[in-house]
Amino acid sequence: MMFVPGNNPGMMADAHIYGPDSIMLDLEDSVTMAEKDAARLLVHNALKSIDYGDTEMVVRINPLNTPYGKKDVEAVVKAGVDVIRMPKTETAEEVKELEEEILKVETELGCIGRTQIMAAIESALGVVNAYAIATASKRMMGIALGAEDYSANLKTNRTPGGAELLMARETIVVAARAAGISCFDTVYSNLDDMETFRKEVELIKTLGFDGKSIINPRQIEVVNEIFAPTAKEIEKSLKIVAAIKEAQAKGSGVIAVNGKMVDKPVVIRAERTIALAIASGIMNKEDVQ
Amino acid sequence: MEIKNAVAGTLESGDILIQIGPAKPGDTGLAVDLESSVAAQFGKQIKELIAGTLKELGIENAVVKATDKGALDCTIRARVTAAAVRSTGKDVWK
Repeated sequence: MMFVPGNNPGMMADAHIYGPDSIMLDLEDSVTMAEKDAARLLVHNALKSIDYGDTEMVVRINPLNTPYGKKDVEAVVKAGVDVIRMPKTETAEEVKELEEEILKVETELGCIGRTQIMAAIESALGVVNAYAIATASKRMMGIALGAEDYSANLKTNRTPGGAELLMARETIVVAARAAGISCFDTVYSNLDDMETFRKEVELIKTLGFDGKSIINPRQIEVVNEIFAPTAKEIEKSLKIVAAIKEAQAKGSGVIAVNGKMVDKPVVIRAERTIALAIASGIMNKEDVQ
Repeated sequence: MEIKNAVAGTLESGDILIQIGPAKPGDTGLAVDLESSVAAQFGKQIKELIAGTLKELGIENAVVKATDKGALDCTIRARVTAAAVRSTGKDVWK
């Protein structure tokens, strides 16, 4: 998920060329108070006019308790955004409030249920309430860690190893998995230190995150490389999926591949491997029978 | 509708700077002055887009100075609307 400032039309026009899985147009922290109105119009018009192809379009709105939040919701829902990212989410009630605002606009447009919600968790209270936030609405598609505000709230600083974020990261992954939604890690903003960025991506993949937030197209390749499965993993996964389809066609529930029993968790992992291979661009949908 | 002087946009690549103000005394209609490196090819369309956007917002009499840096149509529409909203105080959102 690539962050793009919502008041920079040049970046907004070119962002999808680099192939991120999703683009997050930002109306919050990257836009000054004086430019909130102009950025909202820019994002609204860009979403309506620019062909972003299959890229998932996310907009980070301003908090609803500011003079900008509700107008942001109206503008982006009217433009057909895929996902609204709610900043600094601390309680399930805040998600429900956003849901109500979305519903008002969707009812007017006649498209109820179209807009999904992603909640950014950026405080200790948000981490404590992660599962309640993740399950607060049927529209919830994911939760994400916002580490800069979170570390400040913890009264600590970000470090290259990320020890200060470990509990928040693990809590967010567990909450997302328990809720059956996705989870996304925070940004790493030092573009000159690609080595630490790489280690951080390796860490969050191991923890179970679905993806990483990025601030520059240079970071896409590293994330794709680390999240992409190996050729051997893909080959094995394709065999498992093919075998299970064959077994289902014959009415059999349990199968063996290469002498090993294949049950439901193995199939789920195989399907995820194939989905990651497609998302990473190393395999086409057509390659899956 | 009362028009005050207002500005929206920037001079960065891919953007357009829109300066709007009241029509000169005795003048009516929209006077659009465009500066753009692609004025020869697209000047007419850009001016029509600016005037069309203002008319949709109910602005029929104004002076506009537009400095284009290769903005897409959606950017032009957004910047003209932002300038108009700032100029009239009439927002497009509820």
